[in-house]
Amino acid sequence: MIQVENLTKLFGTKRAVDGVSFSVERGEVLGFLGPNGAGKSTTMRMITGFIPPTSGRVRVGGFDVSEQPIAAKRLMGYLPENAPAYTDMTVYGFLNFAAELRGLRGEAKKKAVHRVVEMCFLESVLHQSVETLSKGYRHRTCFAQSIIHDPDVLVLDEPTDGLDPNQKHEVRGLIRRMGEKKAIIFSTHILEEVDAACTRAIIIDRGKIVANGTPDQLRARSEWAGAVTLRVQGLSVEAVKEQLGRLRTAAKVIAQGDGGRVLATVFPRNRGDGELTREVLEATRGWRVEHWHTEEGRLDDVFRSITMPDTQR
Amino acid sequence: MNAWANIRTVAKRELGAYLTSPLAYVFIVIFLLLCGFFTFMVGRFFERGEASLVGPFFDWHPWFYLFLVPAVGMRLWAEERRVGTMELLLTMPITAWQAIVGKFLASWLFLGLALALTFPVVLTVNYLGDPDNGVILAAYLGSWLMAGAYLAISCITSAMTRSQVVSFILSVVICLFLILAGFPPVVRMLEGWAGSWLVELVASFSIITHYDGLQRGVLDVRDVLFFVSLIAFSLFVTGVILRGHRAG
Ligand SMILES: Nc1ncnc2c1ncn2[C@@H]1O[C@H](COP(=O)(O)OP(=O)(O)OP(=O)(O)O)[C@@H](O)[C@H]1O
Ligand SMILES: [Mg+2]
Repeated sequence: MIQVENLTKLFGTKRAVDGVSFSVERGEVLGFLGPNGAGKSTTMRMITGFIPPTSGRVRVGGFDVSEQPIAAKRLMGYLPENAPAYTDMTVYGFLNFAAELRGLRGEAKKKAVHRVVEMCFLESVLHQSVETLSKGYRHRTCFAQSIIHDPDVLVLDEPTDGLDPNQKHEVRGLIRRMGEKKAIIFSTHILEEVDAACTRAIIIDRGKIVANGTPDQLRARSEWAGAVTLRVQGLSVEAVKEQLGRLRTAAKVIAQGDGGRVLATVFPRNRGDGELTREVLEATRGWRVEHWHTEEGRLDDVFRSITMPDTQR
Repeated sequence: MNAWANIRTVAKRELGAYLTSPLAYVFIVIFLLLCGFFTFMVGRFFERGEASLVGPFFDWHPWFYLFLVPAVGMRLWAEERRVGTMELLLTMPITAWQAIVGKFLASWLFLGLALALTFPVVLTVNYLGDPDNGVILAAYLGSWLMAGAYLAISCITSAMTRSQVVSFILSVVICLFLILAGFPPVVRMLEGWAGSWLVELVASFSIITHYDGLQRGVLDVRDVLFFVSLIAFSLFVTGVILRGHRAG
């Protein structure tokens, strides 16, 4: 549904987006991650046709956004960053306005407004002026606007920004459910949302894609992925370190003592082949192991190691 | 037509924004007070003893509009850019020119409403004498067209900046220039040292020159065309500026 090819945007001489290519199909929810100023919003603005790319192209539902903008925009719903909304209108007036621009009239318009008011829990503020809404409610109002025409493609720039924990949960659930029938791309700084809602995630840094894969694939890039953690009784820290460090597939061991027990983690040489777990189990036969588990890897760890500037690493 | 429906939707919203804002009513009251004061006190309508609105009433409009129209137009795009709703509006399935025309039409209608509320002046002159109402109608049309021209210029300056104040000042300056180019004292001064063809050229760009005929009831196609093309050109420039901002 969304095809992005070699998308580049220059602001002056600054490359805000630099040769980005990816695609999102129906049934996919793509999480867009990256540090501040990475180019997430700029990419989304080009996908939705708000700003023209310096080079490269975007196709939505087969329509080139630069050449057939109206046809492409019809298929899309868009929640811009910071959720702008007309402050002089009521929530109800605003949603009606959005529905009309989407070509909905009469009964269809009424139904559409009613549906999104219910989905986004806006009944209590329906006739309140947008100006006096709290941040979260304004965000929900703008989100409601983006799904009012039940679009095939949804582009959401930080949809859970400013929402309370309950609403965050609600919106993630909504995105995941809608994602079964739509193509969705959303940006976020909250890594748990990748697990909660995404089928795939892209990490972008300084305008370039640095990682692209399912949450599990991304996690596997963590140095923690495949590491084995265990708690042992009756051995010294040094002995545990020494013995586990001798394993063929172990890269590194960290261990610390705590009241007669030792808590140790062994990192694998090759991530993700499961060899280390087998070896550790064999080597520790006869030990008094209270607890052990294999780490899946941590997204925040991957995120940090990929996007940190070299000087800070 | 789809385009027309989009323009109407945008215009309806914009007009709603005017009519729910207290500032709009302040504007109308100021406009009406100014009209009343200048017609009856400064223009000495009663002392003239003639049943005509040309001198005492319509003469002042270019000057009222100089400050009032930029005040109406300054928020059109500046506010939209400042709040970020422009991103919302222009990613809707409408073209930029539909949005530009829709917003312009709404403000123009609002100015038309303010102008229409001066109708007591027409009633008064009809009560006191026997004026040529056709002339009055033509003059109203001329006045409204002129307001549209000022407004279109305010559209440009409003698109140029996020600040309403800057937009206001810029459009006052540009409109003042367009008035003065044909203002009799300025024209006489120019005649002193420039060739008559130059003076005529400058004056032909003036709002006053073209408004003068209309307010006397002479519906000259060239005058109407002048205002219409000034509006069209200004809206076109607005579109170019907005596109420039988006390109970054
Ligand atoms: N209109 C503009 N003019 C000049 N530079 C811009 C413009 N818009 C964005 N930039 C620059 O482009 C870069 C990418 O910005 P962008 O807003 O896409 O980042 P982001 O990934 O959305 O960041 P955040 O997580 O903070 O929202 C930034 O360095 C920003 O300063
Ligand atoms: Mg952003």
